[in-house]
Amino acid sequence: MAGSSKTDTRPLSPHLQNWSWHATMYGSIFHRLTGIGLYGGAFLIAAWLIALATGPEAYAFVEMIAFSLPGQLLLFAWSMAVLYHFANGLRHLIWDGPMIGFSPKVASIWSMFNFAFAILCAAIIWSLASIF
Amino acid sequence: MSTSAKSVRGLGAAGTGTTHHIRQRVTAIALLFLVPWFVFSIIVACKAGFAGAQAWVAQPWNAILLILTLSAALYHMRLGLQTVVEDYINKSGTKQALLILNTFAVIALFAATILSVLKIWITAGA
Repeated sequence: MAGSSKTDTRPLSPHLQNWSWHATMYGSIFHRLTGIGLYGGAFLIAAWLIALATGPEAYAFVEMIAFSLPGQLLLFAWSMAVLYHFANGLRHLIWDGPMIGFSPKVASIWSMFNFAFAILCAAIIWSLASIF
Repeated sequence: MSTSAKSVRGLGAAGTGTTHHIRQRVTAIALLFLVPWFVFSIIVACKAGFAGAQAWVAQPWNAILLILTLSAALYHMRLGLQTVVEDYINKSGTKQALLILNTFAVIALFAATILSVLKIWITAGA
């Protein structure tokens, strides 16, 4: 370290720049990113509820935005974020409670499963929602 | 709920012990049950139009579960964003301002959403 006269013999963890990227890193980063995204989503739920409480004109305005193409794309991304954060949050609870799934192989597979779960479930939910 | 380590060692450097972590997990457990209900319900409600969505919120069980979901989710996301701010914002003044803003935003959302649910529920019964 610059300016430090003392040599620290303890090993340093690799810096982000030369760390090989793996599934659990994406898993962790996306948990945080989706969490921040869902924080923004709460404002949209609030807008929906306030419009519903205000009256038909306000609700029609919110519906117009929600059913537009950008609105639908945003809602689809939002549903994937909810499902991912849900699946990975469940994994955090399983890590903390019964303490299962810490081995590198299981952790990697589980991370990939969570991404697959989010994408597939979002697709299934939106298909069902458009049929019924 | 508290851990035995907390009671013997005191509350650690942050002065709050494991409180934050445990609250994050407890709200997560609540959301484990509430979010599937919410996702299903909001799709049904949104497809029903203005009158249908209002009728949905006006059902007592829906109103209760909606208030519980909003409360657990808002508390959970306040804790979550607090950690994000503490991790990435190093400048003390900015950090404190964002932490206060986080609290204010969540309480404002809580007040606005709960009042909306109550208004729909009360006017439907009148």
